[in-house]
Amino acid sequence: MNSPHEAMWQKLGLNLDSHNALLQVLGGAYNDIYLNQKNRPKGMEYFDFVLSEIHGQRIQELLDEQAAGRKIIGSYCVFVPEEICLAGNASLVGLCSGADFAMEEVEKLLPRNTCALIKSTFGFRLGEVCPYLESADMIVGENTCDGKKKAYETLGTILPKKNLYVMDIPQMKSVEGRALLRGEYLRFMKAVEKLTGVTITVESLREGIRTVNTKRAAMHRLLKLRAADPAPISGLDALLANQVFPSDNPARFTDSINKLCDELEKRIEAKEGAFPAKTPRILISGCPMAVPNWKLPAVVESSGAVIVGEESCVGERSTRNQIDDSGTTIDALIDAITDRYFKVDCAVFTPNNDRLQHIKEMVKAYNADGVIHYGLQFCQPYLMESIPVERALEDAEIPCLRVETDYSMEDMGQLKTRVEAFIEQLR
Amino acid sequence: MSSERFAGIDIGSRSIEFVVVDENGVVLCSEQRDTGFDPVREARELVAQHPHDLLMATGYGRSLCEVEFDCPTVTEIKAHAKGAHASISGASAILDIGGQDSKAIALYAGSGKVKKFEMNDRCAAGTGKFLEIMATNLGFPLETFGDAALEAQEEINISSMCTVFAESEVTSLIARGADRKAIARGLHYSVIRRAAGMINRISDNGDIIFTGGVAKNRCMTTLLAEHLQRRVLIPEDPQAIGALGAALLAMESTQG
Repeated sequence: MNSPHEAMWQKLGLNLDSHNALLQVLGGAYNDIYLNQKNRPKGMEYFDFVLSEIHGQRIQELLDEQAAGRKIIGSYCVFVPEEICLAGNASLVGLCSGADFAMEEVEKLLPRNTCALIKSTFGFRLGEVCPYLESADMIVGENTCDGKKKAYETLGTILPKKNLYVMDIPQMKSVEGRALLRGEYLRFMKAVEKLTGVTITVESLREGIRTVNTKRAAMHRLLKLRAADPAPISGLDALLANQVFPSDNPARFTDSINKLCDELEKRIEAKEGAFPAKTPRILISGCPMAVPNWKLPAVVESSGAVIVGEESCVGERSTRNQIDDSGTTIDALIDAITDRYFKVDCAVFTPNNDRLQHIKEMVKAYNADGVIHYGLQFCQPYLMESIPVERALEDAEIPCLRVETDYSMEDMGQLKTRVEAFIEQLR
Repeated sequence: MSSERFAGIDIGSRSIEFVVVDENGVVLCSEQRDTGFDPVREARELVAQHPHDLLMATGYGRSLCEVEFDCPTVTEIKAHAKGAHASISGASAILDIGGQDSKAIALYAGSGKVKKFEMNDRCAAGTGKFLEIMATNLGFPLETFGDAALEAQEEINISSMCTVFAESEVTSLIARGADRKAIARGLHYSVIRRAAGMINRISDNGDIIFTGGVAKNRCMTTLLAEHLQRRVLIPEDPQAIGALGAALLAMESTQG
C-alpha cells in the first residue's frame, strides 16, 4: 500500500515498514470497533476522517505550519497548559501511547513491570512509528508518577533531537504545592518563548486561554448531552472525541464538536439513541485511554451497556473547569491558569479526596448505574486509589467493578466475563 | 400436555456440565463430561441427548453455544449465584474453584442476587489445575489427594503459588525426604490462603457455599472452614451448580 504521505514519513525518519504495519493494525481495529457500531451520529464522520489521517493530513498540516515558523510541542499529560503553547505560537499535540510496540526493545530499557502507557511511549520512539514525536520541536515530560518521572531520564537520551523538557508537578494541594506549579508554568512560558522566539503578551495569553476555553466549553456541551436516556452517542465515539481533543487544530475541533452536539440535541428531542432506552449506563473511572486503546470500552459496549462518562485524563479530567481570562497582567493570567490546572484531581496527589467527590458527582450527573474503575497494570497511583474509590462508592450504594489490565489481548476472555457479570448485576 | 423442560449448559475449561429442570425447577437429569479438544461436538451431543424446550449457556465457552445453538447466555458469576442459592439458601458468599479459574461471589441475603465478585487473574494458580499437577508430582490419584493430605501429621509450608515454581519447590522437598502427605497438606493450604483472600475481600461473615470440582476435595473444605472460621456448605453436586443456575435462569426467562 502506497500512501501519499510516505515521502513525508520517510523525511521524518519513520521506519516505513513498521509504520505501515502499525497503520494496518490501527485501521483494522478501527474498522472492527468503530465503523461496525450501529446508530452512529453523522457528526462522527469528521472524527473518522481525523483518525484515518491521524498520521497523514494532520502531520502535513503541522509541518506546513512549522515551515512557516510555528513550533510543535508534544506532551504526555494534561498538566501541560496548551494556553501557554498557543500564546507562544506553538501547537500542542498529545503523543502516542496507547498501543504496545517494539516491546522487546522497550524491555531493554525499562523494567518489565512498568505500565503499558510508559512502555508504549518508548515503543513508539524505538520503533520509529510516531510522526508527532519525530516532528515535535519540544517534548514535555512531567513529574507525575514515579514511573514516568524516572522513565523520562532514559527517554531524554533516546529522543533524536534531545529536546526533552521536564516540568515538575506538586504532589499535595497545599499553598506550597500551588506555588510550585505556578513557578513551573512561568518557567515553561520562558522555555516556550525561547523555543519560538515569540514574546508572550497579555493579549496573546488571553487569546490562548479563550481558544482553549472555547474548546473545553464545546466538550462540556457534549458531556451534558450524554446524560440523556437513550444515550445519544456511544461511549466509544465520545472517547474518540476526547482522544482527539489534545491533538487536533483547536478551532476546527471546537466547530466539529459543536456540530456534533447540534445533531445530538435533535436526536435527544426525537428520543433516538446509540443504544435503546434503559440500556445499563456505565461511568469509566481511572487511567487514561490514549489512541488506539479502545479495549475496555469495546468490551463494555459489546456486552449490552453504554458508557456515559470518562472520569479520566482522556475525558473529564482534561476538560473540567475553565480559566478566567479577565486578568490584565501576565502574572494575573498565569495565576488564573494555575488555578485551573491545580484543580486537576490526578491520583499522584495525596490526599486526593476531590476525585472521590467528582466520581460521585459524575455518576449523578450522567445517570450512571455503576462505575468500572480502570487501572493499568503496574500503575501504582490509580491502583492504590481504586480501593478507596470502591469503598466510597459502596458507601454511596453505587455498584463498582475494579479491573486491572494492559494493552495486550490475552485477558480478553476474563475481562469480558467480569464486565458481563457486572452488567448483569446492574440490570 | 407435557410439562416444559429447561436446560443449562456450563462449558468450563476442563469439563462440561448439562442440567435439565422442569417448570418447577426440579432437576430431571444432570450429566458431565470432559471438555476435550472439541467442546462444540460434546455440547452438540449433550443437547441432542436431553430433550428440552429452552437452553441457556454459561461458562467460558458460552459464546460458542450462542453461535452453535442460537441460545441466550449468562456469565458463570450469575449462573453460580442462581444455582447455589437454589441449592442452599441463606449463604452470604460462594467460592467456586474450577479447573482453571476461581471466583468468590458475595450475595444479597434475601434474594441471592450478586452483590460483588472477585475472579482470579490470568493464570491457573490456586485452581483445580494446580492441585491436579501437584497430585501427579507427589504420586497421588486426584480423587484421594485431599484425603491423603488430611492424614498428614504436620504441614509443610509451600511459599510459591505459581504452578511452575511450586513444582520445583515440591521436587526439592521430596529430594530432602519430606513426608509426602505433609507436602500435600501444605499445597492444599496454599490454595486455601489464596481463596480466603478472595472471600475476605468481598464478604466478612456468614455461610459460604463451596462449588466447582475442587469442592469435592475433603481437605479443601475442612481447611477452608478452619481457616475462615465460617461454615462451609457443599451442594449435592458442586460441579453442576453453574449448569443448574443456567437452567433455572432459562426457566425464569419464560415466567416473566
